[in-house]
Amino acid sequence: MIKVERRLEQPRWLSFAVPVGSVGVAFLVMALVLVITGHDPLHTYKRLFVAAFDGKAAWNDTITLATPILFTGLAAAVAFRMNLFNIGGEGQLYIGAITGSGVAFWLGPHHAKVLTIVLMCVCGAAGAALWALVPAVLKAFGRTNEIITSLMLNYVAGLLLTYMIFDSASPWRDVSTVQTRSFPQSIALQPSQFWPTVRPGGIVIPFGFMLAFGVAAVLWVLFRLTRFGYEMNVIGDSQRAARYSGMRTRRKILAVMAISGAVAGLAGTSQVGDFSHVLDASAQGLQAANYGYTGIVVAALARYNPIAVCLVGGLLGGLQNAGLFLQGADFPSGLVGVMQGIILFATLGGELLIRYRLRLGQRAASAAETAPAAEVA
Amino acid sequence: MRGITKRFPGVLANDAVDFEAAAGEVHALLGENGAGKSTLSNILTGLYAPDEGEIDLYGAHVRFGSPSDAIDAGIGMVHQHFRLVPPFTVAENIILGEHRDEARRFLINPRQIERRVAALGERYALAVDPGARVWQLSVGEQQRVEILKALYREARILILDEPTAVLTPQEAEALFGTLRTMAAEGRTVIFISHKLHEVKAVADRVTVLRGGRSIATVAAADATARELAALMVGRDVELAARIERAAPPGDAPALEVEGLTVRGDRGEESVRGASFTVRQGEILGFAGVSGNGQRELAEAITGMRPVAGGTVRVHGGKLRLGDPRSAIRARIAHVPEDRLGTGVAPSLTIAENTVLKSYRRPEVSRGPLLRWRAIRARAAELIERYRVAAPGPDTRARDLSGGNLQKLVLGREFSEQPSVLVAASPTRGLDVGAIETVHAYLREAARDGVAVVLISEDLDEIRALADRIVVVYEGRITGEFEPETATVEEIGLAMAGGEGT
Repeated sequence: MIKVERRLEQPRWLSFAVPVGSVGVAFLVMALVLVITGHDPLHTYKRLFVAAFDGKAAWNDTITLATPILFTGLAAAVAFRMNLFNIGGEGQLYIGAITGSGVAFWLGPHHAKVLTIVLMCVCGAAGAALWALVPAVLKAFGRTNEIITSLMLNYVAGLLLTYMIFDSASPWRDVSTVQTRSFPQSIALQPSQFWPTVRPGGIVIPFGFMLAFGVAAVLWVLFRLTRFGYEMNVIGDSQRAARYSGMRTRRKILAVMAISGAVAGLAGTSQVGDFSHVLDASAQGLQAANYGYTGIVVAALARYNPIAVCLVGGLLGGLQNAGLFLQGADFPSGLVGVMQGIILFATLGGELLIRYRLRLGQRAASAAETAPAAEVA
Repeated sequence: MRGITKRFPGVLANDAVDFEAAAGEVHALLGENGAGKSTLSNILTGLYAPDEGEIDLYGAHVRFGSPSDAIDAGIGMVHQHFRLVPPFTVAENIILGEHRDEARRFLINPRQIERRVAALGERYALAVDPGARVWQLSVGEQQRVEILKALYREARILILDEPTAVLTPQEAEALFGTLRTMAAEGRTVIFISHKLHEVKAVADRVTVLRGGRSIATVAAADATARELAALMVGRDVELAARIERAAPPGDAPALEVEGLTVRGDRGEESVRGASFTVRQGEILGFAGVSGNGQRELAEAITGMRPVAGGTVRVHGGKLRLGDPRSAIRARIAHVPEDRLGTGVAPSLTIAENTVLKSYRRPEVSRGPLLRWRAIRARAAELIERYRVAAPGPDTRARDLSGGNLQKLVLGREFSEQPSVLVAASPTRGLDVGAIETVHAYLREAARDGVAVVLISEDLDEIRALADRIVVVYEGRITGEFEPETATVEEIGLAMAGGEGT
């Protein structure tokens, strides 16, 4: 008989070993699925690795796909750390794209690049922060459930994004060519407004990717070393203990949601500034990628640790990149989704092993006897 | 029950426990917290399966796969926390989960059940209206419903887990009468308690558990309270006796509360115009049955709960009510009833919890940053000084035992040099050794000139510690007593709503 017991102590090495082991298990299970569907698992995994991490082109695509989910992962990690379930990263991303590109359109191409980029980031972050403050205010003063309100605002933000471009009177709509008159598209950033890249050894690293790492570092310091981070930890753990210690919980809810929204907004701004250079409201655009929701998964896998978010975000970017590469006539895109699903399932399931241990029925008696007697209710 | 052994991860909760109770007796199960009383009763009621050992019932070997097996075998249990559905009537609660006779039919006949319940209530002096809804009942009445439920199911063995914790002395006395009636009919009553005088008052025999083992079974009439205490703890103990104070309390009023009115969680007036003064170095004991506004009173003074009216002054300075920071600035220390969820943040470390109230001070924070090295040093000092049994400052608060957790909370609160201390049920759930320590710390605080508000349901504790006793009933202060001269009966009467002096 197998028993599940709560661990009294959680050794540190477990929190590294279990996720790695879980990914291993996921690949084993996936191998079974691949064999059943008539694919050679080893061959597939090799192609997968090659597509994601072998060679400059692979790395470039992985980094491109990882950039937005680093931001949304960090955004979710900030809020979730305080038990504030901001599911609105997706919508905050749209708003960040709208306000960030809006200020670039307004400025025009004849300003210093530094000024343009700084203003885009500030406005993108600020717009999304204000958007995130709507559920925050409702939660702090009306005790509404932020999961529902932030999620619902995603749809509002999506419709707003569509409206900005598909409304024929919008000044942001490109009406310069016949094609854009029939297939609506936003006006584009001018090349002088494009975000820069660095290319060490031929790998293209966009500015947004570096910015995400900067944000992660700032958040790490915030969580680890500051009073603000300490208060977040206390509030996240016990609201009553927070009140007992005289913390201003409402203000903290507003501040943390605003930070979370701002970081998610940067994901949208970076999409415009780094990659698409237009405000993409089409069916294949921002609204198809689900970066906001992926970010929640990244944050959960990284256990809300900003440094781990960078790692997990990179891996998940690679997986998505490989998925795009693999899918084709002989490899349905559905299988890619199955693979991602299995990995997520195994990693989240593995969490159980960190908190509990499995024991075979009979043998463990001696362990219990030698353990010191503690209080049992 | 023979050789009952039950293991939990890291703990041997029951170690080859032998226990037997005869038909027609009240048998007390005495032991400290963690001695294995609850585990043993959970095994007897089928909630846990023992790892080793056997249970014989009226000569026949039994094996319970689930609680319903135990109920069918005639074992009933009254838990410390009642298992009742508040919006249901008494009769509905009694047939809940019942699967015989009329309760099993698709259409149930409430009148018939209510009649049977009323008849049972009359026979055992358990007066309660079968048609009343449970949320309208007092705690004592709810307990009667639990007992009626067991009787309705024709329980031949009834287990009561610390049943007097929620009762006034008079109500407890009535309960003892009921239990003796049941025993006289040939039922077996197993009475779990750690209060010695109750065990002496009601039980025929006593089995003492300690550290998961059964230590002894003695006739209650033959053993003195002191002997029982020694068996329970494993060494001689001072029973909570009054210790004369080295220095009498000063005259300067430290805490002045006037006309305090506070609403409870459901908007009802829980504290109605309470006024009292605590002098420097004085321990003012608040006696009362749980749920008469004590919690709300403590939370109002410490700023945890907004206040509907009244004022609180500390050394003459008026407090901004409903703001914990104002109370902290006035150096009101607070040992909350709920240690683990309120007194500390459970998943955080001892170090982090050490500065829960002082993290804004310059000693531990510099600008926006916290000085972690200073904080850890403080935590290590606190662990040392208050003898918190913990591996170090990085141990999480939730991994501490109840007694050590309370030492951590007390130590932290004392290290802020408080002028007032509000302690709510500071020893609830602690074992005898930890209780002694907490009492010593409270006396020490009073000696250092702290005005102590001690709220407790344990009348013995209040009588042993307090310089003055006030009784609260339904949010009002209904009596004031001198602990040296007042009798338990007088105080108990006031706790039940009678007029005090």
